[in-house]
Amino acid sequence: MTSAPAMTGARATLRVCLVGGLISYRALFNWISPALYIPTMLLGPVFQILFFVYLGRFVQLRDDSFFVVGNAVQISGMSGVYAGVMAIANERQFQTLSALLASPANRPALFIGRALPVIANGLIVSAWGFGVSALLLHFRPAASSLAPLALVVLVSVVSCTAWGLTLGSLGMRFRDVFMIANLAYYLMWVFCGVNLPESALPTAMVWIGRALPMTHGIQAAREIAAGGSLGGAAGLIGVELGIAAAYLVAALLLFRLFELEGKRRATLEQA
Amino acid sequence: MSRAARLIAIGWRHHVRNLTASRFFVVTSVFLPILLSTVAFFMFRAGAREGTLLYASLGAGVMGIWSSTLFGSGGAISWARREGTLEVLVVSPAGYFWVLLPQTIATASIGLYSLVATLVWGRLLFGVPFAIAHPLAFVVSIPVTVLGLGMLGLLMASTFVLYRHANALSNMLEFPVLFVSGLLVPLSALPVWVRPVGWLLAPTWGMRAVRAAALGGNPWPPMGVTVGLAGAYLTLGALFLRLFLRLARERATLALT
Repeated sequence: MTSAPAMTGARATLRVCLVGGLISYRALFNWISPALYIPTMLLGPVFQILFFVYLGRFVQLRDDSFFVVGNAVQISGMSGVYAGVMAIANERQFQTLSALLASPANRPALFIGRALPVIANGLIVSAWGFGVSALLLHFRPAASSLAPLALVVLVSVVSCTAWGLTLGSLGMRFRDVFMIANLAYYLMWVFCGVNLPESALPTAMVWIGRALPMTHGIQAAREIAAGGSLGGAAGLIGVELGIAAAYLVAALLLFRLFELEGKRRATLEQA
Repeated sequence: MSRAARLIAIGWRHHVRNLTASRFFVVTSVFLPILLSTVAFFMFRAGAREGTLLYASLGAGVMGIWSSTLFGSGGAISWARREGTLEVLVVSPAGYFWVLLPQTIATASIGLYSLVATLVWGRLLFGVPFAIAHPLAFVVSIPVTVLGLGMLGLLMASTFVLYRHANALSNMLEFPVLFVSGLLVPLSALPVWVRPVGWLLAPTWGMRAVRAAALGGNPWPPMGVTVGLAGAYLTLGALFLRLFLRLARERATLALT
């Protein structure tokens, strides 16, 4: 029989990741109720999709599918960015950051565990967006496209959650992290090609967009929804995964940096 | 100055100063509409439809007023609840209506920042011409629109007394109102079921008045409708506030967060 102190290595890491991730999600997001979740995460995004589809029709920019895919993928970013930020920054707000940092828990496991429920939530929101678009806007991708589309959405949500965790790490140091999250979320509208083809943007904006999460994921999703194969979009998916990895590493490094700095300056719990 | 006018003036000044001291609020009400307007400018410029960018610029500006009103009105009761001042405000001798009214007008007034910022942004970065067909009517149409949106904010805020998650509701209402009030897409281009809803909203008529004053047309009838709707919202808001405050006090739910 293995005693708790002896439970080390991979098993402990997995436990921190899965059980710790779930418990921390329940603790940090205990304020979420259906009365909050449904208006914010489900109803509002539907109108975002409708708004941009009709705006696209009015200005005669692209077909409905372009805007449905762009927005249905992007709305998952609400979970990725805000929940990613809160998964770290709320520890400071709830005055539990010191206890967390005093624990010997493996930091990457801690991060990934916190990201998993956020990713699951992002997938639900995006699936809801596609589902409602199928009902209201007759968005009908081929049945064979659905699985590849789901994979692309998953990669995009992972990437966006890593971006959210990076911003959340800034919450270890800066007070106005929710303002930063707000800006970051809305900047994605402008730079990530949610409602605009790259050809409509200045070159500098295109390059900024390429360094942000979702840009390549949205392009891949559009290709697949238009009947393209998963292999054809593999390059874009690979880049999106690379961006996700880069932001995750950045989040870990920033977290470690601000942890050390916070301990040195005794500013961890300073609100 | 009458007591009511004094309360409105002091309350308005207090809330404008208070809200503009919040970086979060200023960024939300000024920077975000600029981002949205940027998307709109690029979409209008890249699209095949002929037309003026000033159309998009004005729409995006009024969107900013709406965002500010919604955020401020949704927050008015939630913030007071969180700070523990709601009960004190409700039992003040002036009555909560006179506390809430200037607050919602103040949030809509701050939205003027975003209108100006959007127009300047469009002029500087996209070369949007700022040629106004009826300057006097344009100057009148702006405060009329702000009044209409402010009163809509009051009506919403009054119903939020009973709703603990007012902020969530205000988050949800941003795009529906942008969608149904024709700020960027005319009502005629929207589904038929949307149009009657849009007719009941002051942003629809305020937008029509601003556009008619700027681009040509008769701005006075839509301005009249905006004022009429503002009066209706004010009356309903006062009634709802009295009813919902009584219910909240009976159920002892006023301060629940």
